[in-house]
Amino acid sequence: MKYTKLAAALLAATALTNAAYATDLEVTHWWTSGGEAAAVTELAKAFDASGDKWVDGAIAGSGGTARPIIISRILGGDPMGATQLNHGLQAQELIEAGLLQDITDVAEAEGWKDIIKPISLLDACTYEGKIYCAPVNIHSWQWMWLSNKAFADAGVAVPTNWDEFVAAAPALEAAGKVPLAMGQQPWQTAGAFGVMAIAIGGQDLWTKVNVDHDAAAAAGPEMLKVFDAAVTARALAAKSNVQDWNQATNMVITGAAGGQIMGDWAQGEFQIAGQVAGTDYTCLPGLGVNKVISTGGDAFYFPVNKDPEVTAAQKRLASVLVSKEVQVAFNLKKGSLPIRGDIDLATANDCMKQGLEILAAGAIIPSGDQVLTPDTTGQIEDLMVEFWNSTTMTAAEAQEKYAAIIGAAE
Amino acid sequence: MPPQNRPSRLLRNLNAKIASIPMIATVLVIFLGCTLWTVVHSFTDSKLLPRLNWVGLDQYTRLWGTNRWIVSIENLAVYGTLSMLFSLTIGFVLAALLDRKIRFESAFRSIFLYPFALSFIVTGLVWQWILNPEFGVQKIVRDMGFADFVFDPLYSEDYVIYGLLIAGLWQGTGLVMCLMLAGIRGIDEDIWKASRVEGIPVWKTYLMIVIPMMRPVFVTAMVIIGAGIVKVYDLVVAQTSGGPGVASQMPALYVMDKMFKDQNLAQGFAASTMMLVTVAVILIPWAYIEFGGRKRG
Repeated sequence: MKYTKLAAALLAATALTNAAYATDLEVTHWWTSGGEAAAVTELAKAFDASGDKWVDGAIAGSGGTARPIIISRILGGDPMGATQLNHGLQAQELIEAGLLQDITDVAEAEGWKDIIKPISLLDACTYEGKIYCAPVNIHSWQWMWLSNKAFADAGVAVPTNWDEFVAAAPALEAAGKVPLAMGQQPWQTAGAFGVMAIAIGGQDLWTKVNVDHDAAAAAGPEMLKVFDAAVTARALAAKSNVQDWNQATNMVITGAAGGQIMGDWAQGEFQIAGQVAGTDYTCLPGLGVNKVISTGGDAFYFPVNKDPEVTAAQKRLASVLVSKEVQVAFNLKKGSLPIRGDIDLATANDCMKQGLEILAAGAIIPSGDQVLTPDTTGQIEDLMVEFWNSTTMTAAEAQEKYAAIIGAAE
Repeated sequence: MPPQNRPSRLLRNLNAKIASIPMIATVLVIFLGCTLWTVVHSFTDSKLLPRLNWVGLDQYTRLWGTNRWIVSIENLAVYGTLSMLFSLTIGFVLAALLDRKIRFESAFRSIFLYPFALSFIVTGLVWQWILNPEFGVQKIVRDMGFADFVFDPLYSEDYVIYGLLIAGLWQGTGLVMCLMLAGIRGIDEDIWKASRVEGIPVWKTYLMIVIPMMRPVFVTAMVIIGAGIVKVYDLVVAQTSGGPGVASQMPALYVMDKMFKDQNLAQGFAASTMMLVTVAVILIPWAYIEFGGRKRG
């Protein structure tokens, strides 16, 4: 069994130093869908095997629901042992206020600087030279998932890029399918738009708008193309009335919808449903146009705790999360890419291999969380939810508002 | 007969004054203090944590340039006006009907009051289902043979606010009815006898005599309804989450989202300050007329 080996290895690794301790550590996260829960169980198993106890504090709902709960617990003086957050600007103020544990010593002892690839992941955890979080995976938004069954039912070939997908949409509709599945939560519509921006607008434009906050570029003709594509996507998704992302993914799995623009976490759902990449579903990184992926991801932060034993356990957890065995077990279940360059994912499926190739080729951009504040992200989400639900808002109108938000971004 | 050694004004009713100190302190510190703190911080650029970094009116400029906020205010105005109007009218009419000494009065009273026992979350969910075109009212009417019948207010940007209104009224009118009924019952029987002797029709008695006499009851009802309108939040969250698009957003949702989801406290504070100002603009002149203009004990 893989687990027993893994457990034995971890036990051996930690037994020398920490054998005497066994501390309960509450870990909060928002991984609650089928694939996510399976992945988080891997983390819990590994941590339990090292002698401590993982107390699961899953918060249902998306990050938008869970993050305020997590942050208010930290601010309110009831810190958990460790918590998932998307690294980047979300945690910066907590660090400034001295509420998060500095884990630089663990990182240095284990040489994270040399093993974590791309190094931007560690940079996102670093504030004024100190390291405050343990990255666990790389998630990228820039994927489109297609149902081979839906296209077979409609009698058209599975598209290889966005334009072909748009061209195939009428056939899907004629076959009674929803061309584009889209959950109606704001982060999903905003995220899908972000994917179109990088896929259709290209990397230079994306960097100008999102990293340099160049309002002129956001108002330019190149960006208008992106908004035009979004208007098309809006029409294709008009009949999709599900809320949660995994319900939308399920429409693709069952063949009720042609495709979905969603991050690589959707892959976990395909796996749980027993589908095989390439035969049951197809993935198009960067919508098949610009094969670029963002290197955001999830990271665990460790709120400052008064109990020194908890602090020690937090550091042990940090080292477990980054260890080779956990990285392999966790990421295979989660459908995300590992944060270490020195492990071999021989069992990775087609789509993950594509992702690894893009990663190795260096076609990467920082994630939205790393370049935009939650405030700006919230404003874009507000705009997107309005745009996506409106039948009248034109591409030009939406673009004008978008440019204003980008111009005001910090 | 005045007491011989009249104590100073300060020491009069000393027990009562001491007893009310905790309440006065609460009002000063919690209500007034926190309100001031919020207003002060709305002029800063506080993000996740409050800090005193002044930016003047920037937060307010941004607030009033945000479409979602403007839609929220318009929604509140529509919802508030109609909710006030219909709550009072329906509440009074129901109370007057019950007052006509009908049979099973207490049964009807319970039925009308019952929705009030449900939380807004439950109310919102129930009405979300009732108004859902796929298995709610629209489906039932279509199954009866009207295939073209369309009734899906929650999915229309123009009508969603009325969908909220229906749910709000269903929940709230029972309480108003009970208040009104108590008020009507408080009217002296002799008034009715007198109006009967004069030959005044019943409806006219209600309209011209009973309603003016029930002024305090109306004031109470209006305050209760008004407070409910300004803080409407959970109903919207449960029924529509502010959608479709931003069509059913309310100011309280904006405040919550900005403060806790988007980590922009100052923007949330600016929005809540505007809510306070709106209430004050309506309330202060009214309170002045009601309580300050005439000395009525």
